[in-house]
Amino acid sequence: MKQMIVCVGLFGIIYSAHADDNIATLRGEVSITDQPPAPRMEQVEDHDIKRKRNYPMQPPTIPHAIDKYYQVDLFVNKCLSCHSRQHTEASQAPMVSDTHYKDRDGKVLAEVSPRRYFCSQCHVIQVEVKPLVDNTFEGLLHDPATGW
Amino acid sequence: MIEWVKRQVTVLRAPSRYFSLGFLTIGGFIAGVIFWGGFNTVLEATNTETFCISCHEMRNNVFQELKTTIHYTNRSGVRATCPDCHVPHNWTDKIARKTQATKEVWGKIFGTIRTREKFLEKRLELAKHEWARLKTNNSLECRNCHDFEYMDFTRQGVRAEKAHSTQLARGEKTCIDCHKGIAHKLPNMAGVENF
Ligand code: HEC
Ligand code: HEC
Ligand code: HEC
Ligand code: HEC
Ligand code: HEC
Repeated sequence: MKQMIVCVGLFGIIYSAHADDNIATLRGEVSITDQPPAPRMEQVEDHDIKRKRNYPMQPPTIPHAIDKYYQVDLFVNKCLSCHSRQHTEASQAPMVSDTHYKDRDGKVLAEVSPRRYFCSQCHVIQVEVKPLVDNTFEGLLHDPATGW
Repeated sequence: MIEWVKRQVTVLRAPSRYFSLGFLTIGGFIAGVIFWGGFNTVLEATNTETFCISCHEMRNNVFQELKTTIHYTNRSGVRATCPDCHVPHNWTDKIARKTQATKEVWGKIFGTIRTREKFLEKRLELAKHEWARLKTNNSLECRNCHDFEYMDFTRQGVRAEKAHSTQLARGEKTCIDCHKGIAHKLPNMAGVENF
């Protein structure tokens, strides 16, 4: 029995080592000892035009660049310095909606809820590039509630 | 002892016996130039980024952070160094800032911010000094490079254009009011006004 396990184990290792050759890695077709040329950094969309949401509860995509110096960590949340309730007058940014102030039991808090603190967990920037994989997702054409 | 001092003073006050007035004037002038030059050379030497980051407190903290920002690398290759933002160009202000900096050397010797933790603890206070300075001089150091007169709003992002053509143009706010944390990570901003 023991021998059997060792055999299967060995086979597994050899097989996986072999199979590795065929796996496309993020590195591309470059051997591990070579340094591939860096891919281009695409320009982040920064034209401040909102994109359509594909369904009502989709977190809207971010219509502006955030790669500048938008620090979000234990100390600071730069996004909130424009999007929080206190700051929308000066920044003229849309206020984070009330769902951001609710904890998971639906209780409304005075501050943005911790589970909504790291904005880019849900909200993402956009770049104008050919998608790496095809996407056949079809958004809702109508809002089922209103039919619009 | 007192006798000796008195004698020296007499010597100093007596008119020159060996040197002509011309020599003294010109010599004095040259000595002045050399001294002044030396002074300025030292001043200039302390006014480079290499000097700023020769102490590890700066190299390991703020410099590492600066390296990830647009003021370190960008498509046009124009850089801002530490003194560009932190040391006034005009002479009296420069001397004033340098005198103040002597206190920071003191801090260095006694290790006020020797570790990352100590630095973070002290960071808000340090940052507040810089904000206050830039607020009072209307962000002069930023404007040395970014001249409002020559900003082409049509070339800016919509949010930038809106902010610059209103609050900045009217002089209600200055660069540092809106662009805190432009070059380094921010400290804990809880309680900082208008952030
Ligand atoms: C300088 C102020 C400012 C900062 C900082 C900022 N935003 Fe915005 N944001 C705006 C403004 C203004 C808009 C409105 C559309 C526009 O002009 O881009 C907006 C729009 C958005 C929208 C679209 C809302 C919608 O209804 O479609 C999202 C999402 C968003 N921002 C997320 C973020 C996140 C996440 C961050 C931090 C990484 C951030 N913003 C930082 C000002 C800001
Ligand atoms: C857990 C996911 C999640 C996180 C984290 C999150 N959001 Fe959202 N956000 C959403 C969803 C979903 C919506 C759309 C539905 C809604 O309004 O709740 C939304 C809507 C918004 C809107 C549009 C509001 C409106 O009325 O048009 C803004 C602006 C926004 N979020 C900003 C932020 C900012 C800033 C942060 C970080 C402090 C953040 N969000 C964090 C999920 C998230
Ligand atoms: C030595 C000159 C210099 C000084 C001093 C300087 N900057 Fe800059 N700044 C630049 C350059 C160069 C760029 C990058 C321009 C580019 O390539 O788009 C830049 C870019 C910026 C940006 C654009 C950020 C982005 O990601 O698009 C902001 C905002 C900015 N500076 C604010 C400031 C503020 C605030 C100060 C004062 C604390 C300041 N700058 C001081 C030279 C300077
Ligand atoms: C009322 C607030 C406000 C003031 C005052 C202000 N800015 Fe800005 N600035 C913004 C906003 C908002 C943006 C766009 C979003 C961002 O970069 O975070 C911006 C963007 C920029 C940019 C990048 C341009 C672009 O197209 O994105 C530069 C450079 C800049 N500011 C420099 C300055 C300088 C220099 C001053 C002082 C002379 C200044 N700003 C004063 C709010 C302000
Ligand atoms: C583009 C302008 C700019 C450049 C370049 C710059 N700084 Fe700063 N620095 C600032 C501003 C503005 C503050 C005020 C705090 C803030 O807004 O982040 C600051 C704050 C600081 C502080 C106080 C602690 C803190 O982080 O708030 C130290 C120390 C400091 N800078 C050192 C340096 C050193 C060393 C360099 C060079 C490696 C440097 N700075 C380059 C603009 C700059």
